[in-house]
This record gives sequence, C-alpha cells and structure tokens, in this order.
Amino acid sequence: MNLEKVVFGFFIVLAATLNFGFFIGDIDRPELHHIYELAAALVVSLIATALKFGDRTQIGAIHLSTSLVADLQLIAAAITWAVAVHVTCEGMTPSVTSSVVSLSGGALFANIVSVIILIIETVMLRR
Amino acid sequence: MNSAFFLVLRRMRAPIIVLIALYAVAVLGLTLVPGVDADGKPAPPLSFFHAFYFISYTATTIGFGEIPNAFSDAQRLWVTVCIYLTVIGWSYSVVTLIGLLQDKGFQNTLTVNRFRRRILHLEEPFYLICGCGETGNLICRTLDRLGHAFVVLEKDELRVQELDLQDYKTDTPALAADARQPDNLLLAGLQHPKCRAVLAVTNDEESNLAVAIAARLLNPDVAVIGRSHSEGVAANMASFGTDHIINPFARFAEYLALAVGAPERFRLIELLTALPETPIPEPHRPPAGSWILCGYGRFGHLLADHLRPAGIDLTIIDPDCDPVCAPGTIRGFGTEALTLRQAGIESAVGIVAGSDNDVNNLSIAVTASEINPSLFVVARQNHSTNSLLFDTYNADFTMVPGRIVAQECIAILTTPLLAAFLALLRQKDEIWSAALVCRLQELNGRLTPVIWGINLNIAGAQGAYRALMSGERISLGAILRDGTDRSQQLAAVVLLVRRDRQDFLLPDDDFLLNAGDQLLLASPLAARRNLEQTLHNPNELDYVLTGQEVSGSWLWNYCLTRSKALQKARGD
Repeated sequence: MNLEKVVFGFFIVLAATLNFGFFIGDIDRPELHHIYELAAALVVSLIATALKFGDRTQIGAIHLSTSLVADLQLIAAAITWAVAVHVTCEGMTPSVTSSVVSLSGGALFANIVSVIILIIETVMLRR
Repeated sequence: MNSAFFLVLRRMRAPIIVLIALYAVAVLGLTLVPGVDADGKPAPPLSFFHAFYFISYTATTIGFGEIPNAFSDAQRLWVTVCIYLTVIGWSYSVVTLIGLLQDKGFQNTLTVNRFRRRILHLEEPFYLICGCGETGNLICRTLDRLGHAFVVLEKDELRVQELDLQDYKTDTPALAADARQPDNLLLAGLQHPKCRAVLAVTNDEESNLAVAIAARLLNPDVAVIGRSHSEGVAANMASFGTDHIINPFARFAEYLALAVGAPERFRLIELLTALPETPIPEPHRPPAGSWILCGYGRFGHLLADHLRPAGIDLTIIDPDCDPVCAPGTIRGFGTEALTLRQAGIESAVGIVAGSDNDVNNLSIAVTASEINPSLFVVARQNHSTNSLLFDTYNADFTMVPGRIVAQECIAILTTPLLAAFLALLRQKDEIWSAALVCRLQELNGRLTPVIWGINLNIAGAQGAYRALMSGERISLGAILRDGTDRSQQLAAVVLLVRRDRQDFLLPDDDFLLNAGDQLLLASPLAARRNLEQTLHNPNELDYVLTGQEVSGSWLWNYCLTRSKALQKARGD
C-alpha cells in the first residue's frame, strides 16, 4: 500500500463529497446550504490541487486542470457570498443562494470528473 | 512547459498544503470564537469574510489591527495561536523556496533552459565551438573581434565562468556540458538553421572525433572542422566527411620546411593566415644545413618527414630510440651537454626542441644555445600557461599547437577564398612573394591585416551590385577610396577576384568589376568597415565614385535634376 496514494485519493474524494454535501438540497433555500460546508469544500479542494502539483504525466495534467476548475468555481461562490452578505448587505436571498449553489454545482461536476479520472487511473494501474 | 516550473511545483507541494491547512484552521477558529461589541456585550463571532481578511493581513505580517471591531479576549487568545501558526507556515515555504534556488540540480535546469532559449532566439549566423581551452579561447576572442556570433560548449564549468568574465562585445551563450553527447550538441544549436559550422577543437582526440561524427550525422549541411594530432583519428574523421581536419604538428612541419626552402613565400603565408590585427610576427629565416631534432614522437616523425626532403641533414635525439637499428639517432633527452655534443651541436645550424614536455624543451634550447650561440632554435610550447617563459626566452621560432589550430580555423571560416589564393601562390616565385609581403606589412602599421572576402551580390554589397547591374563601369581603383574623404586612398590590397570560376590574382587599379564578383582583400579592420559601407550604401557609393553627396530622396533628386536642366538651358 502506498501512503501517498491513500492521501491523494482521500483528498480528492473528500473534496467531491464535501462539495456534494453543500450542493444537495433546494437550490434557493439558504438554510439547506451552510456556509461552513462551502468553506470546508474550498479548503479541501485547494489542498487537493496542491497535491497534484508537479506530476508530469498526461493524466496528472488533467487532474490538475479539473482541480483548478473546481477551485475557481468555489472561489467564485465564496466571493458571491461575501459580496452579498458584507458588501451589498442584501443577505442570503433566494437568488443569491441559488447562484452560490449553482457555482458550487459546477465545482461538483469538476470534482466528479476528478474522481472518475482517479478511478480510471487505478483501473489502469499494473502494479 | 519547462521543467524548472514543474520542479518548483513538486518541491513546493508540502509547504503549500501546510499553508492552506494552517489558514483553514485559523479562519475556522475565528468564525467560532465569540466576539464583543462596543458596549462590552457578547457579540456573534466574525464571519468567514472578515476572518479571512483578518488572517490574510496578520499572517503576512502587515497587521492593520483589530478590524472591524475590537476583539474579545477569547478572540485575542485564538489570534495569538494563529499568528505563531501562520508564521511557521510562511517560514517553511520561504525556506523551502530558498533551498530550492540554491539546489545544484535546480540551478542547472535553469541554466540549461536559459541556454536553450537563447539559442532558439539567435538570429544571425553563428559558429558552434566545442571545447574552449587554449585554442577555443583564441578562436572565440578573434571571432568576437571580427563581429561573428558563436556558441560555446565546454566540459569544464570553471572555463565557462571565465568566459562570462571576459569582456566580449557580444553576449555569448556558453554551456558547461560534454560535447561528446549528441543531446548537448543539439541543445547548442547543431540543427539550428543559422548554424554555419561546427569546430571540434577540444584537447581530447576522441571528443573531437565524436563531435565530428555527431555533427555529420545530425546535420549534414553544416561544415565541420576537426582538430586531430594523430593520423588514425584524422583518417577516421576524413572517412566521415569532416570538411577540414587540422593537425597542428603536420602544419608546423610543413611551415618549417617551407621556411627553409622558400622563406619569402612562407612569410607571405604566415602574414595571410596570422590572427587578424595581432602584432606582425618576427620573420623566421631558418638556415639549411645539419639540424638536431630532440624528441621523436608524433611531432618529431612529421618534422623529419618534411625536413629531410627540404635538404636538411637531421640528427635525432630521443630517449626511447635504439641507436643500433636506427643509425643517425642518439639516445637521450638532449637536455644535457654531453648528448648534444655527441649529436654534433658545434657544427649544426639549427635545433628543434620538440618533446611534449615544456620544461625539457626550454632546457634543451638554453643548453644548446649556450654551446653554440649562432644556432637557430625552434621550440615547441605545449601549454599556454608557459607563455611567459617562452616569451622571455624568445626562441627563433616557437611552435604553439593551439595557436596554429586557431589561426587555421579563423582563416578557413572567415575567408573561403583564401585557400584558392594560397594554392595559386605555389606557382609564384620568391621575388613576387617578397613584393607582396612588403605591401602587406605596410598596410596596418605594426599589426597584421585582416584578410576578408566580399561578394558583389545583393546580400553582400547591395549598392555596388545595383550600380553594376545598371551598367555602370566601376574600376577597383575608383572604389578603394576613403568613404569619409575620397581624396584619401583606402589602405587595402585586393588579393584575388573570382569571376565564374576564373581567378584574377592581384588585379590592378584599372580592373573593371562585374556584378557577382567575389573579392579577397587584405586591409585593417577600419578600412574593411569603410569599404563594406561604401559597397552597401548607394549614397556612399555615389560619393566615393563621383564626389557628389546625394540623398536617397526621390523628390530632392527630381528637383536637383530639374534645376540642373534649367541652368543648362540658361547657359545655352
């Protein structure tokens, strides 16, 4: 068993599950989408990205790019939240909530691709 | 993407993850710890946005203070922890990054990347010089002075660093790498479209051979010049189609024999192939008669082969020879008076100190000239570090292998017509040579002239080519004029004009030029620049030919011709 693979797989799957946890629920109801879940998803996603740095293989490059997409979407979601709550002070209205959640939905898709690539990589593994 | 970037990413993985984790913990903590409002009543904790803002400026040690409200003591407790945590995180990142920058492998990667980029962006034709020892260095300096671009591959890192310190006019790409490896040759631009020639001039025979072969296989269009000290390697190089093989020993033996047989012609060749703009060498007049040759290795054998047919009676002194089976040879080093007397030093006219040991050679030379002061002494200098000793001793003729190779490389590379001229020289007598030697020596004060070629075509001499194509008759004498003041003659000698495989040796001033002629000239470097400018720029050419300063402007020229026509009409 390779500890590096355990850590790598753990963070990728965790990023996807946390993201899913935040995303699930009616899209315009703020009480179903807790901000702490978004923060956790963002942090884990960033760590997963850092873990993918420096892999020169083709599959490593795809891993990195999907992860960067997820980061970008989650950061956009976080900024949307910060602007709505602190800058314009309109709070988590249904429209704001739905745009934050849909952004995280995009990130979820990228994370799912990441997980699929991880599975494919594991299946292709010969050792 | 380049490998240095990947290396940074790979090494920075751990610090970045640590940093993200520390930030996450710190921000999370701040969003949980309750705050206090202005009246001292408990207030809700900071939101994610404010917590992230606060940690961002605290962790980077910017420290704006407690924003947006003064903190509660519980928050201050947590912030104290956060400060230490994040400082550790940043220090870890910075230390890793600095360690990476000092890493030998990483620096090497950076150097190679920079070198590759510079080679890719080279836009002028360049020479690839493999080996930058004594010979390579001399070639580099001369090429630099003549304004040619070159790229250096040298195994020794110290020498590459020295190269950076020398004040070259151009910024020369140099890489410390083994030229024997084809990858390094490719990196240095072997297949670059602007690569003109590859010079294999390392001290090592095998390396030179490897470079010559690799260059021939990887880029058959590029010219290859190889240095070789032994006939086996030379033959091997020749079998691979190396364009020019330089054996400094054989070349020196030829020269010495020529200097005995035809001193004026030798002098002429010496002037023509000397490094440009260096002090004119002392004339060498080795006498015919009986000579002593010390050291009978590769160099000794070649010398004997050339000197004996030139009518020289040779006595050989060699530590490894067998006097029984080879009559006329004496066993010994030649450094002691006894052996020299045995070889008949009193009656000899010349001695060659030709062993591969510089100290022994000097010792032989000094001892021999003490016994017989009128002796003509030829000394072989193997290492340039001993230059000071050899210069002080001042033998009648000093043979420096590196110098010979460098001279020949420069002569071949910069003037392809020179070989043709040297071949034509063989048919000329001593008086003709002496006259030309006189003219060449006067050209550039105490320095040797630059031997250079120019093609009267669209690329080489645009102005002259256009003028000649439009039917203008231009003689050599009309063009060899100073471009700043046409009453002054330009210090230049036209050695050869080649026109459709026909060669005109030393054409006189009335010689009419044709478009497409190739000229071989000898002149100072300044005169070269002057003449090149004249031949290239049509306005300069007009001034030199007619004395009129014309601008290239169409309108001005039109007005000028109109006003001339008017004046003419009034005059009539």
